[in-house]
Amino acid sequence: MLKNPSKIEISHLAKTFGSKVVLSDISLSVPAGQSLCIIGTSGCGKSVTLKCLLGLLAPDSGSIKIDGKETVSQSRTHREEMLRRFGMTFQFGALFDSLPIWQNITFRLRQNTYLSNQKAREAAAEIVVQLGLEARVIDQYPAELSGGMQKRVALARAIADKPEILLFDEPTSGLDPITGGVIDNLILDSVRRLGATALTISHDMASVRRIADQVAMIHKGCVIWSGPSTQMFDSGIAEVDQFVHGHAQGPLTDEAILAAKTGV
Amino acid sequence: MILGLIRNIGQASLYFMAAVGKISLFTFAAVRWSVAPPFYVRQLGRQILDIGFFSLPVVGLTTLFSGMVLALQSYTGFARFSAEDTVATVVVLSVTRELGPVLAGLMVAGRIGASMAAEIGTMRVTDQIDALDTLSTRPMQYLVAPRLIAGTLCLPLLVLIGDIIGVLGGYLVGVYQLNFNPSLYLSRTLQYLEFSDVTLGLVKAAVFGFLIALMGCYHGYHSGRGAEGVGVATTNAVVSSSILILIANYLVTALFFG
Repeated sequence: MLKNPSKIEISHLAKTFGSKVVLSDISLSVPAGQSLCIIGTSGCGKSVTLKCLLGLLAPDSGSIKIDGKETVSQSRTHREEMLRRFGMTFQFGALFDSLPIWQNITFRLRQNTYLSNQKAREAAAEIVVQLGLEARVIDQYPAELSGGMQKRVALARAIADKPEILLFDEPTSGLDPITGGVIDNLILDSVRRLGATALTISHDMASVRRIADQVAMIHKGCVIWSGPSTQMFDSGIAEVDQFVHGHAQGPLTDEAILAAKTGV
Repeated sequence: MILGLIRNIGQASLYFMAAVGKISLFTFAAVRWSVAPPFYVRQLGRQILDIGFFSLPVVGLTTLFSGMVLALQSYTGFARFSAEDTVATVVVLSVTRELGPVLAGLMVAGRIGASMAAEIGTMRVTDQIDALDTLSTRPMQYLVAPRLIAGTLCLPLLVLIGDIIGVLGGYLVGVYQLNFNPSLYLSRTLQYLEFSDVTLGLVKAAVFGFLIALMGCYHGYHSGRGAEGVGVATTNAVVSSSILILIANYLVTALFFG
């Protein structure tokens, strides 16, 4: 335990929007240097958990500790310090479409330190080449790139500042299987090279199998199963089984049908 | 029935008060972050170019034709009691005190308020604002502050140029259509004009510029989800800034009137 302390420790997180309970009791922990994938059906609270972790949303109760330090309701200055250690890729990239690629990638570097345009362009070019893109894309704008290229640029922006913690929101959604596989490898590679701790939201099981050390499944705002990714196919929990095998029938879909019928 | 009416009124007032509160908090934060470093000079430059320079044709055309029609209309009116001489004075006072700032304000509200709300709204919808935040940049400072500063600084300059063009429009109609003596028209234009007439117009313009940028940013920042959300935000930005311009126009005038 001491050898591999928790980098991220989330306990009893709860969040309600109006009368809708999104998170009721989320407890997760990610050991340093490990990669955790959170899986679950759409709207189960995965993204909200991630937003709470980033401090974009304030949870109603519960605690989130990074390196043992509480981050819920921390001051703005502390939060900014914390965010510098994070690299985040958003589901749809969230690249700044008014800025060329090199400015996107070096955005934070240039916020925090003085960097000449020449140096920034060189740094950006180095990263995009690492991620298998041609160096000339740094002068293009996000809208000119394909979906797969945008994901790579988003990854480039996340790792440019060499963060300790990498967060990925559906890194392979909307990509063909081959590009998805390439992105997975790039993620694995970057995480390993930086020695970072990774937390990924995904419902692409092929991708989860490739990039996760640990898997946690969220259902109805609670963690219903967590364990090593090698064991997710024999968890013994019906909901997890249905999800990881992608069966059309099972407890997850029965609940949805029942809810639609009774209006609950 | 009466109870229902009271409930509706109560609900509407609550919504209204909540909106006023939200806007006040947003304004407070926006102004606070506008005066605190770091300053995003490049963003400010882009906004000044967009608001100040690229609005010139719209504002110029608006004030030109307003000055022209004002000369025609006031001539028709004043000719009925043989006071045609006052046309030049009426044109310059109306343009500098009232029409220049209000018309320029409304036109810029349509042009800039809408584009601000659409741009920031799209950034909100595509998570770019959250991305800014996670990349150690305060959206208030990076997005809102430059627009507020640029709006407040640029509108007075635009209106000053618009005033000159509006008076020129009046002059063109006066001299070439109504056959006034050019030098007489010019001297009448300047004879009764006071410095305070122009400054009143410019103060109004600064207030309008602030309001336009504030509403554009506020509605964009709180845009709903999807294309529809951005559309609603854009409409709300234009409508609310136009109405606020008209209200502020009266308030500022009344304040200086006394």
